[in-house]
Amino acid sequence: MRYIRPSSLEDAVGLLAEASGKAAILAGGSDLLVRMKGGFIEPDLIIDIKAIDALGRITESDDCFVIGAAVPCAVLGENTALRHAWPGVVEGAKLIGSKQVQGRCTIVGNLCNASPAADSVPALVAAGAKAVIKGPAGSRTIAVEMVPVAPGKTSLAPGEIIEAILLDKRPPHSGDAYQRFTPRTEMDIAVVSAAVNLTLDDQGVVEKARVALGAAAPTVLLVEEAANILIGSRVDDSTLERLAEVCSGACRPIDDKRGTVEFRKKVAGVLAKRVALTAYQRAGQK
Amino acid sequence: MTFDPSHAARSFSSVGTRPIRPDGVDKVTGRARYGADFNMPGQLIGRILRSPHAHAVIRKIDTSKAEQFPGVKAVVTAADLPDLTDGDTSMYDILDNCMARNKALYDGHAVAAVAAIDARTAKQALKLIDVEYELLPHVTDVDQAFAADAPLINETIFTTGVDPKPDRASNVSMRSQFGHGDVDAGMAEADFVVARTFKTEQTHQGYIEPHACVANVSSDGTADLWVCTQGHFVYRQHCAQLLGLEASRLRVTSSEIGGGFGGKTHVWAEPVALALSRKAGRPVKLVMTRDEVFRATGPTSATSIDVKIGAMKDGTIIAADATLRYSCGPYAGSWAEVGAMTAFACYKLENVRTVGYEVLVNRPKTAAYRAPSAPMAAFAVESAIDELAKKVGMDAVDFRIKNAAQEGTKASYGPVYGPIGIGPTLEAVKNHPHMKASLGKNQGRGMACGFWFNFGGQTCTDLNIGMDGTVSLAVGTVDVGGSRASLSLVAAEELGIDYAQVRAVIADTSSLGYNDMTDGSRGTFSSSMATISAARNAIKILRARAAQMWDIPVEDVTWEKGHAVAKGETHGNLPNLSLKEIAAASGTTGGPIAGHSEIVADGAGVSFATHICDIEVDPETGATKVLRYTVVQDAGKAVHPTYVEGQYQGGAAQGIGWALNEEYIYGKDGRLQNAGFLDYRIPVCSDLPMIDTQILEIPNPNHPYGVRGVGETSIVPPLAAVANAVSNAVGVRMQHIPMSPPRILAALEA
Repeated sequence: MRYIRPSSLEDAVGLLAEASGKAAILAGGSDLLVRMKGGFIEPDLIIDIKAIDALGRITESDDCFVIGAAVPCAVLGENTALRHAWPGVVEGAKLIGSKQVQGRCTIVGNLCNASPAADSVPALVAAGAKAVIKGPAGSRTIAVEMVPVAPGKTSLAPGEIIEAILLDKRPPHSGDAYQRFTPRTEMDIAVVSAAVNLTLDDQGVVEKARVALGAAAPTVLLVEEAANILIGSRVDDSTLERLAEVCSGACRPIDDKRGTVEFRKKVAGVLAKRVALTAYQRAGQK
Repeated sequence: MTFDPSHAARSFSSVGTRPIRPDGVDKVTGRARYGADFNMPGQLIGRILRSPHAHAVIRKIDTSKAEQFPGVKAVVTAADLPDLTDGDTSMYDILDNCMARNKALYDGHAVAAVAAIDARTAKQALKLIDVEYELLPHVTDVDQAFAADAPLINETIFTTGVDPKPDRASNVSMRSQFGHGDVDAGMAEADFVVARTFKTEQTHQGYIEPHACVANVSSDGTADLWVCTQGHFVYRQHCAQLLGLEASRLRVTSSEIGGGFGGKTHVWAEPVALALSRKAGRPVKLVMTRDEVFRATGPTSATSIDVKIGAMKDGTIIAADATLRYSCGPYAGSWAEVGAMTAFACYKLENVRTVGYEVLVNRPKTAAYRAPSAPMAAFAVESAIDELAKKVGMDAVDFRIKNAAQEGTKASYGPVYGPIGIGPTLEAVKNHPHMKASLGKNQGRGMACGFWFNFGGQTCTDLNIGMDGTVSLAVGTVDVGGSRASLSLVAAEELGIDYAQVRAVIADTSSLGYNDMTDGSRGTFSSSMATISAARNAIKILRARAAQMWDIPVEDVTWEKGHAVAKGETHGNLPNLSLKEIAAASGTTGGPIAGHSEIVADGAGVSFATHICDIEVDPETGATKVLRYTVVQDAGKAVHPTYVEGQYQGGAAQGIGWALNEEYIYGKDGRLQNAGFLDYRIPVCSDLPMIDTQILEIPNPNHPYGVRGVGETSIVPPLAAVANAVSNAVGVRMQHIPMSPPRILAALEA
């Protein structure tokens, strides 16, 4: 097994593209090292991207935040502007593992691990976040929900690396929120989760909405029908009841060690209601 | 030794104080050496190959490719651990569990092992071992295994304890029965009856430190074993017997221990490490992965329990009946028997009957887990008691007080109790502010009682006085909960010196006589008895030496507050001699001064506890939050109150985890689905409130200071206390543990 720590993204892409055996990208390592220790993956080459300066930074342009692929989730939580604009995205990232894990793990790693239960992904999907991908054939930018295609599988082509996540700057009266259900308070993985992102008009009526559910299907679900229920409403009780029903109905979960189909469906609806209300309150305060 | 009644009013100077533990600094600074922290020159790394199948005949094992793999120094299978058990079936089961002989009996059962120059080579070599399995039907559920048409796990098992002996083999290895009176007649008389069936899932002890050892077998036939264990003398005995060594030729040293809870009272990897070392001719280090710890070690029984209790209108329990089915893994055990003994031990009952069935399943061999078997029985009984109190129309605490066992009560499992603490713990709970605190919406309060026998056993202790007057205390019971601190306090108390002048160590098996292991809550109980007796023996010598120094009769010398005091009219004017002065002169008065003690510590006093739990349930998700928790338990005499409280809190924390989320989840394929701490959910700190404790001291009549064991009872009531709290919060009787959110939601919607 070889370990290489390149200092430029071009070098990383080159190494990845030329690798003959199994190659793995290492950022925080909170998934990779665990999988290696468990014997699920035995890479021949590990490419550590933490020495690539640009990947370790959060930058802001006029219209968006650029979050480098090697930025630990704890750093997201320390970024005041990001926390103010996207509290839901940040709360998702800050739920992963524990304090110690958050000091290492990254949202790009969470996305590329392609688990339907990934904590940071539903809020990113609801936020309309984009992934900037660099590969041997150049760069491309796609919606984050296009990255995972099945549990453990991504749409990345051989040699491609996600360089950064883009999050738009926010119009006024916007808010997002994320919640997951876990039996434990921390050090746990979502049994089911929900994220809602809202923009209101000046009268407090929902103008734009996106609703995403985690651990409810093989990949994170973007539920348009649920968003349509919220649009035009003031997120009143009857709207919330219909939202819950639609979210429960949209789930295509499995029975497994973490929960049953019935449980996941029911709780997806409950969480959708709760996060919609939080997102609405947050949007109303801005 | 019996309780010295003069101690009842005695003011202790060391016992009952709370000094820092001697092992504390090393543990918090990372210097303490645990199982995996020991290394030897030339050491190899051992790894074990485990069956992925729940039940399969092992047709053939081909190790040739692994043996030829560069860096591999030894490969062992059952053939390298020949059967030397000589008809001892329980030892044969241990041998077979360490390394499968003919059949793999559970997912995780060891089938072969390698020792190689490093971990990577060993891991790769495991993949080169070809095992040919013939799959057999398996059964992992206790009720399914109990059924007459279940796949048979061991064709030589015929249920014992039934007359006549069954004419065919089954998965039920033993039936046991306890009780007295006429239960059926009593039940017929009852004004109110509650009958329910309860289930509990299998849990693991959940110690954070995995099993680890370093084995070194020399070509001269002697061997050393460094190991994380609760009982190095017992490990020596088992390993020596399985390997065909004389006990004296195997020296076992116990490491610090990162949790045991009963799970480190059994050998698993140690005989395999010794066999690898013997074959390779080099030291072998073997550290289990977490996956192996879950799949192959621990766990406790899964249970299915029927309870029926009848009461009169005035609240007197007139009859109590229980049938308890406990899984024991694929080998016979006696876990159900213990459950049947403890089930109704808290109560004064005229008519009581418990029947236990030991049920074989294709899961890991059941191991002891803190008051083994008692928590599940208490869950069933205390749940039914709570429901019956409601039917009778009595407060849950008052109903229990009315029926609580007392001194002189004939216990449901046979003996007549001496002075016991169940009544006092109930009275303390009744008067505790926790019981009077108000509850909010979706919140419920539950309480429950628990019992554990406690154990004494063989104990040997040396107390050596140095030339400078400081004291080395060598004990043979592994320190799992602060016992070095407690025993140093006891030595200081007896000798009349400062705690700081005593240093306790755990001696290896070649340095001290045999000791039973630290189990049955015996560590502090039995080793404190031995320490007291060793100290008193040392004092006899100190007095004699002082008499010699003074040239007066020894009868005229007493020992007071760390000094020899000359008595009597003729020598009353002699200045006292301190322990330090006598020690300094020892070279000219007859040599080193020491006290020894070898005892069977009989008379471990039974222990009772009552717990209170407040819980909030989210009715939309089934999520639970423990809001407040209080433990009231009788300690007899708390030697080091902080560590007594730690035992109370630790047992409660483990019980809460068991009650709410911990469980082994098996797939239809018989494989364990959650062999890791991510999906086997022990509580983390933020899941628990600060657990409040109250120590009661009802002296044990069989111990000089009145000490009772305290380690285990604290895990007995929580399953029931939490279940009663949840049931009261949601208005539905919870009958299946753990009460995970999906189970609570399903119960609410049923």
